[in-house]
Amino acid sequence: MTSVLYDVPGPKARRISLIGSIVGVVVIGGLLALAIVTLAQQGIFQAQRWAIFGQADVWSLLFSGMSATLSAAAIAAVIAFPLGLLLCLMRISDIAWIRVPTRIVLEFLRGMPVVLMMLFVLLVFATSSFVAVVAGLVLYNSAIFAEIIRAGIQSLPKGQREAGLAIGLTSFQSRLSVELPQAIRRMLPSLVAQLVVLLKDTSLGYIVAYGELLRAVQVMADFLGPQFLFPVFFVAAAIYIAINLAVSRLAIWIERRGSKKAAGGVAKAPTAGVSTVVK
Amino acid sequence: MDVIIESLPQYWDGFLRTLFLAVVSGIIALVVGTLLAAARVSPVAALRGFSMAYVEVVRNTPLTIAFFFAAVVLPRLGVTFQQFEVAAIIALSAYTAAFIAEAVRSGVNSVPLGQAEAARSIGMTFGQVLSLIILPQALRTVVPPLINILIALVKNSSVAGAFFVLELFGYGKQLANDHGDAVMWVLVGVAFFYLLITVPLGYVAHQVERKVAIAR
Repeated sequence: MTSVLYDVPGPKARRISLIGSIVGVVVIGGLLALAIVTLAQQGIFQAQRWAIFGQADVWSLLFSGMSATLSAAAIAAVIAFPLGLLLCLMRISDIAWIRVPTRIVLEFLRGMPVVLMMLFVLLVFATSSFVAVVAGLVLYNSAIFAEIIRAGIQSLPKGQREAGLAIGLTSFQSRLSVELPQAIRRMLPSLVAQLVVLLKDTSLGYIVAYGELLRAVQVMADFLGPQFLFPVFFVAAAIYIAINLAVSRLAIWIERRGSKKAAGGVAKAPTAGVSTVVK
Repeated sequence: MDVIIESLPQYWDGFLRTLFLAVVSGIIALVVGTLLAAARVSPVAALRGFSMAYVEVVRNTPLTIAFFFAAVVLPRLGVTFQQFEVAAIIALSAYTAAFIAEAVRSGVNSVPLGQAEAARSIGMTFGQVLSLIILPQALRTVVPPLINILIALVKNSSVAGAFFVLELFGYGKQLANDHGDAVMWVLVGVAFFYLLITVPLGYVAHQVERKVAIAR
């Protein structure tokens, strides 16, 4: 698609493009160099500032922060997925007094900041910050999972449900054994992409004083001295981004694999589901 | 319940600041995001690479990290802000721009090939093709996802409350401290004001989506 937007570059266009590229690289490189020089003037690159990474304590703190991040994310994901399935089934139920309240609850959950839910659980139920983080993540993400799976079910051909009902399955049986398995498969890329969002949102635990990676950075900077803030922050941010990139790659890989297997079988996330990939 | 009525001035102030943060960062992010999307499909390789790297890294960075960088780390490095709102706007718009760039790019991909071919065949340059033919059509189809991104932006602005900006969430934290006996109502009030923005926006997105779906 991309190349359709412009003609195959001739010698002149190629020269201009090359010059443009060089100028771009020089400008970006210049900005980077400026940033590095500014940092160097602050003494950021003095060896003793980075020497703290030779200490085992620093790494053990970073790792405990990281494992706190990952365990909160893992537990939240494991609870949120079945809950999302349940909410989805309730949302598309034939019975109005189940469907309508569920819809209101889902709208409510989706419209609220995750960090507000965490704070709510923390203060109102006076729980530990770990429970607050997990509860906040579960509440929000189960609503999103429900919407993704619902979009998947709606993208199925109508005949699937009709066939299920025609062979004598009850409405619930048809949902469970005919529609859901297909819907989840179709929506796998969106579901994994939402996992990245969930993982990113664990960093909100910092705000409710959960001892995750960013909180570990803060603790170390307070303990070791402000001059170590930048190095520690830099390493922690790199860890966070690396983990998220890995999970995102997994999502892309699953998407490719899925679309190869079932030719044209994997539906693109409908626009309604885009909100899910956003946060 | 009385707490909410009692603290209505604070709520209102916080509500306005949340709106302000969302509107200003939203506009900046829309402009920057569209430029990034244009760079992503441009013939210049360096621009393409930069845009791709930016989107990939920023989308995988937690917003809290961006805020921490703008509000805590930058001041230590000598970049100080008169007001923390500036740090918040920088973090929010830099973060949101990456998502907008992705959405706009998927819109560009959804425009039929013939459009660009026709435009080129009558002699338009890349800039003309993009700004006169492709982007107007692309932006139209991506309005619903863009609104969803803006809803997420409103919700994300709550993170600013934890970094010294007194918007809705910031006031909520403060009020919850002051009224230890009515914490639940304080936070229900905060939730209400958020829903006041997000639910109507969601409704608009849904309506637009239907319209676009019919038009296609």
